[in-house]
Amino acid sequence: MFVEFLWVLLLGSLLGFELIGKVPPTLHTPLMSGANAISGITVLAALTAIIKAGDNTALLLLGSVSLGFALFNVIGGFLVTDRMLAMFSRKPARKENR
Amino acid sequence: MSDLLKYAIELAAVLLLALGIKGLSKVRSARGANQLAAVAMALAVAGLLLNYLSTSGLSLAAWTWIIAGTLVGGVLGAITAQRVPMTSMPETVALFNGCGGMSSLLVALAAALYPAALDATGPVALVSIVVSVFVGSITFTGSIVAMAKLQGWLSTPSWMQSKLRHVVNIALAVAALVGAVEMIRNADSGTGLWLLVVSSSLLGIGVTLPIGGADMPVVISLLNSYSGVAAAAAGFVVGSQLLIVAGAMVGAAGLILTQVMCNGMNRSLISVLFGGALGAGSAAGGGGGEYTNITSCSVEECALTLEAAERVVIVPGYGLAVAQAQHTLREVTRVLETAGIDVAYAIHPVAGRMPGHMNVLLAEADVPYEQLKEMDQINPEFPAADVVLVLGANDVVNPQAKSDPNSPLYGMPVLDVQEARTVFVVKRGMSAGYSGIKNDLFELVNTSMLFGDAKKVLGDLLVELKDLGLGKK
Repeated sequence: MFVEFLWVLLLGSLLGFELIGKVPPTLHTPLMSGANAISGITVLAALTAIIKAGDNTALLLLGSVSLGFALFNVIGGFLVTDRMLAMFSRKPARKENR
Repeated sequence: MSDLLKYAIELAAVLLLALGIKGLSKVRSARGANQLAAVAMALAVAGLLLNYLSTSGLSLAAWTWIIAGTLVGGVLGAITAQRVPMTSMPETVALFNGCGGMSSLLVALAAALYPAALDATGPVALVSIVVSVFVGSITFTGSIVAMAKLQGWLSTPSWMQSKLRHVVNIALAVAALVGAVEMIRNADSGTGLWLLVVSSSLLGIGVTLPIGGADMPVVISLLNSYSGVAAAAAGFVVGSQLLIVAGAMVGAAGLILTQVMCNGMNRSLISVLFGGALGAGSAAGGGGGEYTNITSCSVEECALTLEAAERVVIVPGYGLAVAQAQHTLREVTRVLETAGIDVAYAIHPVAGRMPGHMNVLLAEADVPYEQLKEMDQINPEFPAADVVLVLGANDVVNPQAKSDPNSPLYGMPVLDVQEARTVFVVKRGMSAGYSGIKNDLFELVNTSMLFGDAKKVLGDLLVELKDLGLGKK
């Protein structure tokens, strides 16, 4: 199992390195913000902790707070990235109207 | 739910996340890609819940705590995302990022305190917990310090700029290592765990605090990469392949983005992390910070010069972003354009407060995309410009970076505004820029200073231009 996980880690890292080659400076801020939202994928870990907690209240609480932090990151991150990118994409549309 | 379906959902989520990151690096596809990544995330969460529902089931207590955490985190996140002004984007990203790190840290803490419940026993789980706690703590405290510094809530204490900080940080790193070893050797005693938490949290502060404001975006990008690593480590702790893949992707992509940003600023990552604030070096060098030959002028004179110009280049900078003057600026340039004056915007790679930040702000103010010129594109055009209007930019227009090899700025790419016929610099006062270095541009004969808040100066300028009869066509 552990070796499998190491493979997953290795391949995931290589994929990440390959995905971003050239980024125009215009997109540095949105890309950072979008990737940041994705790193909130720890919601999965937080959910797992809550589900497996049984009736251990301390564990439930820890999991729930962790879930709150992760979702703050995910929801806030995606929305704020969308707000930024909306400003870029509406430009061409308006021009056509003129 | 069958294992097959579970794997299918996980694979689909990974694929969509990868496509999302890929698409975010192209202007055309960026918005759709961001939404795609959000869908992938929702799919991953739904898959996980469905899987547990069909196997062990979810207790009422579990649902209650899930809903509570979701509501609080989700609603706060949504409100923050909607309310925060575009000018505060860097600190917002830092805040979100810190919370991601905190989440990984808490999961790792839960696993360390209750290993049996989460099946987190054995050496592999222990090492994963150690990594997750270490990286999660650094990400959290580092991001919060970055946010506080960008907001101006924190400044760097002077001892932090001395060499002493390296000693302190090394001591903290050693303490973290001791804690980690103790934790792995003797998992039942809490001493190692808390030593690790405290020392790595302090290390996050100690490493981030000395870094100068101009370098902060690079640090945020690096911390973003760390939060990916923390997520991957949390994936090892709870045994989730999806989490490992996604975390590793963000970690690696974040590292590449950090490198791209460093290249754009002509800084090496090492000098950003260990060089400390630029100002420290220049203060020691004692390079006379006194200005002797400043010409200041009135808004009226500026308006008259602009009226006579054929080609105007705007250099927007940090001060414009802080004054939130991008909309007023747009009105001024509209007036100039209707008078037949050619207007372009020179965007330094690190203009604003973060790479690409100025583009976002100007796009918000409806500036046509084609008028934004990148540095390499606009630099040869400065000699042909009649007027350059520098709005709250300082270090990025300092000719010292090219002329004075002894200057701490030497080698940084700058906009050659001094090549233009006339330069107007709108600035609140004679204070130094981020680097704390004197700007030779301000003393040049073709430079005039317009003192005041960028928004107010531009507002006055607008009135003057209209009085001159511009923009009435």
